[in-house]
Amino acid sequence: MSAHADTHDHEAHEEHHHKETFVTKYIFSQDHKMIAKQYLVTGTIMGVIGVIMSLMFRMQIAWPEEPNVIFEALLGKWAPGGVMDADIYLALVTIHGTIMVFFVLTAGLSGTFSNLLIPLQIGARDMASGFLNMVSYWLFFISCVIMLGSIFVEAGPAAAGWTIYPPLSALPMAQGGSGMGMTLWLVSMAIFIASSLLGSLNYIVTVINLRTKGMSMTRLPLTIWAFFITAVIGVVSFPVLLSAALLLIMDRSFGTSFFLSDIFIQGEVLHYQGGSPVLFEHLFWFLGHPEVYIVILPAMGLVSEIMATNSRKPIFGYRAMIASILAIAFLSTIVWGHHMFISGMNPFLGSVFTFTTLLIAIPSAVKAFNWITTIWKGNIQMNPAMLFSIGFVSTFITGGLTGIILGDSALDINVHDTYFVIAHFHLVMGISALYGMFAGIYHWYPKMFGRMLNKNLGYIHFWITAICAYGVFFPMHFIGMAGLPRRYYTNSNFPLFDDLANTNVIITIFALIGGAVQLIYLYNFFSSMFFGKKAEKNPWRATTLEWTTEVKHVHGNWIGDIPHVYRWSYDYSKPGHDVDFIPQNVPLKEGEEELQH
Amino acid sequence: MTALLTILVLVFIAIAIWQMVKIFDLAQVGTSNSQVATDKDNTLNGYLMIGFLAFIYLITIWSVVELGDLPLMSNSASAHGPEVDNLMMISMVLIFIVQTITQFLLHYFAYKYKGEKGKKALFFADNNTLEFIWTIIPVIVLAGLIIYGLFTWSDIMNVNEDDDPLVVELYAQQFNWKARYGGADNTLGKANVRLIDIDRANILGLDEADPNAQDDVITSELHLPVGRTVLFKMRSQDVLHSAYMPHFRAQMNCVPGMITQFGFTPTVTTADMRQNPDMIDKVANINNIRVEKSKKLIAKGEEALERYDFDYLLLCNKICGKSHYNMQMKIIVETQEEYDAWMKEQKAFKNSLIN
Repeated sequence: MSAHADTHDHEAHEEHHHKETFVTKYIFSQDHKMIAKQYLVTGTIMGVIGVIMSLMFRMQIAWPEEPNVIFEALLGKWAPGGVMDADIYLALVTIHGTIMVFFVLTAGLSGTFSNLLIPLQIGARDMASGFLNMVSYWLFFISCVIMLGSIFVEAGPAAAGWTIYPPLSALPMAQGGSGMGMTLWLVSMAIFIASSLLGSLNYIVTVINLRTKGMSMTRLPLTIWAFFITAVIGVVSFPVLLSAALLLIMDRSFGTSFFLSDIFIQGEVLHYQGGSPVLFEHLFWFLGHPEVYIVILPAMGLVSEIMATNSRKPIFGYRAMIASILAIAFLSTIVWGHHMFISGMNPFLGSVFTFTTLLIAIPSAVKAFNWITTIWKGNIQMNPAMLFSIGFVSTFITGGLTGIILGDSALDINVHDTYFVIAHFHLVMGISALYGMFAGIYHWYPKMFGRMLNKNLGYIHFWITAICAYGVFFPMHFIGMAGLPRRYYTNSNFPLFDDLANTNVIITIFALIGGAVQLIYLYNFFSSMFFGKKAEKNPWRATTLEWTTEVKHVHGNWIGDIPHVYRWSYDYSKPGHDVDFIPQNVPLKEGEEELQH
Repeated sequence: MTALLTILVLVFIAIAIWQMVKIFDLAQVGTSNSQVATDKDNTLNGYLMIGFLAFIYLITIWSVVELGDLPLMSNSASAHGPEVDNLMMISMVLIFIVQTITQFLLHYFAYKYKGEKGKKALFFADNNTLEFIWTIIPVIVLAGLIIYGLFTWSDIMNVNEDDDPLVVELYAQQFNWKARYGGADNTLGKANVRLIDIDRANILGLDEADPNAQDDVITSELHLPVGRTVLFKMRSQDVLHSAYMPHFRAQMNCVPGMITQFGFTPTVTTADMRQNPDMIDKVANINNIRVEKSKKLIAKGEEALERYDFDYLLLCNKICGKSHYNMQMKIIVETQEEYDAWMKEQKAFKNSLIN
C-alpha cells in the first residue's frame, strides 16, 4: 500500500507545474482542498435557507394564523394577508428536513471534512480520483439548484414530509406539492445520491490505497476511521433510496403500482392495484436510518480528534472507539424497522427491531464514556472547537437517552410522530452533528483558509447557541408526551392542547435567538477569510499529518516528499518527552515503546 | 410594497448585527492577538461549563415542574395502558439518573481539568477493566428493558380472538374519520374502495351483495362500551393516515390497499374520566386559558371560544395533506346499556342506501 504512495509522488510533482486559470482553480477544481471549501460554502448557504424556513414555521406554531409581515414578504402568494397557508407550512417542514439532513449534514459535513482531511491525514497527494471528486461536487451543486428551484413551482414545493411516503407524495390530487414540486424533489435527490456515491467510492478507495508509508489502519486518526465507515454505509444504503425514488417516479409518471393500491380520491377510483406503501417505507428507512449515522459518525470522528488535541491527552480506548464505530455501522443497517412499529407490518418484526435498536445504545454508551474519560485529568484548552465538542457530547447524551423510549415498540405506540420524536432526533443527530460541524470548522479553518477564526466571537457563538439548543428542544419532549402530533399547522382545533401554547411560544423565542446568533458565526466565517489573523503551521499543536503541510495550499499537499509515519496519532503528553505532543512523522526515540491502544 | 419594506427591514437588522459584531471584533485588536485559547480563556470557559451544567439541571427541573404534570400520561383509559405507563416511568427514571450523572461528569471534568500553562495531562490511553464495566452495565440494563418491552409489546399486539372482541372498522379519508360496526352479527361485511358509490351513499365501498354487510352501521362518532375488548380494523381510501388514540395508548397506521389492526379494552367511561381530579384540574386550566383568549378575540370583534369539556379523541397522526391538522373524531366510552341504546338509533347499512 505504501509503495503506491511513493509512485504517486512523482506524478504529483509533474502536476504541480500545471498552470492554473481562475476556472480550474476556483470553479472546476480537482484539488481536494478546494472541493472541500466548495462543499462547505454551498452547505453553509443551504443551511442558512434551511434555518430560515424552520424559523418561519416555528413562528406559525407559536402564533398560529396570525398575520406576520415576514411571511407576507418571504412567502408572497402563500401568505395572503400575511397569514401562512396550511400547504406551505407542510412544504416548509418538508424542505427544511430535506435540506438539513441531506444537503447540510450529509454533503456539507461529510463532503467538507472527508475531502479536506482524508488526503491530508493519511499522507496522500490528493484523492484517488480528482476528476470524480469534482464531478461529485458539481452533481451536488446541481441537485441544490434543483431543490431550491422546486420552491418556486406554481403549485408549491414537495410537502409530504421529508420521508415522502406515498400515496401522498405520489398523487398530485392529494396535495398541491405532489405535482411538479415532488418531481423536482425526486430528481434532485437522485442526482444527490449519484453525487454522494461518487464521493463515497472515492473516500473508500483513497483510504485503502493511498496511505503513506507507516500509516497502518491502526495508526489512522479516528476522523479517517469515521469517514471511511461512513462512506461504506453510504455505498450500502444510498442505492436503496435511489431505487425507491425511481420506483416512485414510475408510479407517478408511468402508471405502475409499486406503492399504490385501491385508491379512491376526489370522487374517482384510481387504477392502481397490488402495490404497498409499506414497501416504500421499508426501502426509505433502509437508507433513512443509516442516514442518521452517515450524519453523526463524521461528527463523532471530528469530535474525537478535537477532544484529544485540546485535552492534550490520547483519545481514551482508541480500539474500543473503532470497534464501536464498526458496531454502530453494522447495527445501523438492521434497525430501520423502528420507524415502522405502527406501520401495519407484522408485530413480530417490531419485536426484532426493538431488540436490534436497543443494542445500539451499547456502542453509543461506550463512545460517550470514552469521551468523558478522555477529558478526565486532561489539560483542557478551551478553544471554540473544544467547546463545541463538549457540547456535542452533552447533546448526544441528552438526545440519545430518549432513544431508549422510542426504540421500545411498546412505548413508541404513544409517542410515535409526536413532538417527542422531534426533540429526540434534533438533539441526537441535528444539533449534535451541527456542533460536530462547527467544531470541525473552528478547528480546521486555519488549514482551509490559512487564517484563524476570531475566538471571542466563537465563544459568544457557542454559549448562546448551546443555551438556545436546550431551550428549544428540551421542553419539546414534554409537549410530545402530552400527545401533541408533529406536522400540525395549528393546534387551535384541539382545545386539549391549549395549555401547551405558552410552551410553544417559549420554544419559538429560543429558536429565533438561536437563529440570530448564527449571524455572528457567519460574520466570523466570511470576514476571517480576508481579515483573520494569519495562521501558523500548527496552531493547535496537533500530531496529525495535515499540520505538517504549508499554510499556503499547494497542489500535492507536501512540497517535498510525503512524510512517513512512525506512530499513532494520539501521542499527547507522552511520558519521557519534553513537549506535550509528538507528530506522527517523528520517529520513535531509541528505546521508546510505541504505546498504542 | 410592504413585502419589500419588510425584506429591507430584515436586511437592515442583519446588517446592524453584522456591524455590531464587527465593532466588537475590531475593539479587541491589541487586547489579545492570539486566536488560540489562553489560560484566561480556559478559566472563564471552565466556569461557564459549571454554569451550563446548572442551566441543564434548571431547565430539567423547570420542565418537570411546569410541563411534567401530564394527566394524559398518568391516567390511561385502557387495560394495557398502566403496563405501558409503568414501562415509560421506569425508562424515564433510568434516563433521568444517567442524564444527571453523565452531564455532571462531562461538565465537571471540563471545569476541573481546564488548561493551565506548564501543566501536563495524564497519559491514559486505555483501561480494559473500565471499558468492560461500561460495556457490561448498559448490556444488563438494556437486557432488562428489552425483555420488559417485548413482553408488553406482544401483550398489546396479540388480541385474543376468543374474548369475542367488538369488531370496529376505522375508515380514514382526507380529512375525516368514519367508524363501521358489524351490527348484530359483529361481522364486518366485505368492502373495497372500488365499490364506493357516492350517489347511492355507499361511501365506504361495502359489498351490497354480502349478507354480512347488510346490518353494518356507519357512524361519525366512535362509541365504545366500557370493559369490552375492541378490535379495530383500519382502512384508508386515499393516503396514509394514522389512528392515534393517546388516552388509550393506541396507535396504528391506516394504509390504502390493506387492513391493519389494533385492539384494546377501554376501562374508564368518558363520564368517569371527566370526574377524575387530574382531568378536572386540566380542564379548568384550559378553560381559563380559553377565557383569556376569548377576551382578546371579542376585543377584535370575533367570536369567543367555546367552553372545553373533556372528551377522548382519535387524531390523525400521519401527514396526510392540507387539513391534516384538523382530522379528528370524538370517542365516547360508555356503559353497555348506553352503548346499546345509542346503537339502536343508528341506521343499518341496507337502510341507509339511496335507491
